[in-house]
Amino acid sequence: MNGLINRAIALFMRDSYGEALWKEIVTALDAGEAAFEPLMPCDPAVTCALIAASAARLARAPEDLLEDLGTYLVSHPRAEAVRRLLRFGGVDFADFLHSLEDLPGRARLAMADLALPEIRLHAQGPGRYRVEVGLRAADDLRVGPVLIGVLRAMADDYGALVLLDHRGCDGRREMIEVRLLDAAHADGRAFDLGAGQVAR
Amino acid sequence: MSAPAPPLGALLARLCPMHLIVGPTGHVLSAGPTLVKIAAPQPLPGARFLEMFEVLRPHGADSMAALAALEGTRLRLRLRAGPRHALKGGLCRLPPDGALGPTGGVVLDLSFGIAVVEAVRDFGLTAADFAATDLATEMLYLLEAKSVAMEESRRLNHRLEGARLAAQEQALSDPLTGLRNRRAFDQALARFCQGGAPFAHLHLDLDFFKQVNDTHGHAAGDLVLHVAARRMLSILRIDDVLARVGGDEFAMLLPGIEDAAALGLVAQRLIAALEEPVSDGARQYRISASIGGTLSRFHAPGDGPGIVEAADCALYAAKRAGRGRHALHAPPEARPGAREWPDQGVATRSR
Repeated sequence: MNGLINRAIALFMRDSYGEALWKEIVTALDAGEAAFEPLMPCDPAVTCALIAASAARLARAPEDLLEDLGTYLVSHPRAEAVRRLLRFGGVDFADFLHSLEDLPGRARLAMADLALPEIRLHAQGPGRYRVEVGLRAADDLRVGPVLIGVLRAMADDYGALVLLDHRGCDGRREMIEVRLLDAAHADGRAFDLGAGQVAR
Repeated sequence: MSAPAPPLGALLARLCPMHLIVGPTGHVLSAGPTLVKIAAPQPLPGARFLEMFEVLRPHGADSMAALAALEGTRLRLRLRAGPRHALKGGLCRLPPDGALGPTGGVVLDLSFGIAVVEAVRDFGLTAADFAATDLATEMLYLLEAKSVAMEESRRLNHRLEGARLAAQEQALSDPLTGLRNRRAFDQALARFCQGGAPFAHLHLDLDFFKQVNDTHGHAAGDLVLHVAARRMLSILRIDDVLARVGGDEFAMLLPGIEDAAALGLVAQRLIAALEEPVSDGARQYRISASIGGTLSRFHAPGDGPGIVEAADCALYAAKRAGRGRHALHAPPEARPGAREWPDQGVATRSR
């Protein structure tokens, strides 16, 4: 696990629920600043505790909170870099869905120790897909709900109309059903290949 | 041939958006859509290839025959107009039977190579402008991902540097008073000795501090130390060095002071300031201070230990003479200076 994940949670919570509430949660957990250092490894137990404490404090199911986190990562201006990197995956939403299998590899290219679970995409007929997300063996961190939030926001970004449904787990993976109803439902957001910040 | 083959240009336009077919006369017969886009507003089809493109490597490709001879060679070229990003590519001659196009013509396929980042920006290219096999988007993705990671790395380094400086600062300062500690004082003394400019050294010991501490507790003692440090700082100049070198001991380095009378004045002011009562709101505490001092010019150049020892001796003499006094240690040959510090350079009342 990498501090980047915790930082994402921290930014999401602060931008969505305010600095004071987040401080309260972090203070209660006694999580040091090092846990939020993007390039540093970090104990997954800290991530689990952050998610559990945040959900409890907001009286929400952890899955719902994680889904909002996924949406935040794509749609909040502060996380624009994440949206851009995901948009490199495909020219339209269907193309993007097919790039999901490459996502863990792409993430590894960007940051070697950012271990995302394996993702498999199964086409199940016109506009119907099943996305399988591997479960982590060592802990009960769920990536599936985050991915649902990401998919929902990316569909908006591409202007596609989709229905998403978490179909539960089978012990080794989580299953998400994706129905692409209209690939060009709305205009979506522009994506300029060359608009990113490139360090020289 | 049973069915007419699709025209080569139309086929290539779909597979190779940066291809060109150049006829035997040197005119562009067909161009991929991305090349058409970057050459705009000049129309590519119909234009003379060598008037549109400059072949940078190999040199001397200035005729159709010379161009055709470059089959199998890696080419480096650029557009003559617009943003002149380098292009790379290769070419092959159309077969002599004329089946794919006019005999004597060539087919070229180009790409941006390393200039792809600037090209995408300058020409407003999208993923659709690149061949499916082109790694341009992957390269852009990687560059951008690495830039984000690099930026994080830069921030991390910045934070670590801040933490390092803070740690260093802590290691050189006394946490209670915020003054320098003995280690920092030793470093400063070594620097002063090395610098060679004249300076004075004072060694100050608080009087009656132990009584405050023993009678009223550590909190009162800490407050007195804290106030004492601030009062001393207010009397010293910005470039003077003040360090807490023991429980109630302080050491000072005063650059530029080479006159015993001037040093005596500073010592008097310090003692007067420290004798002002310290209040915690409920109670008042009274302390004083004894000071021993010396001047660097009384010692061999760079003799730090000698300077410290001399000030120690003077402090001892001041203590022995009573509380709230200061004394100067001067070597026998400098004793004429003892006029300002009577009684053989020993103690004098501060007020």
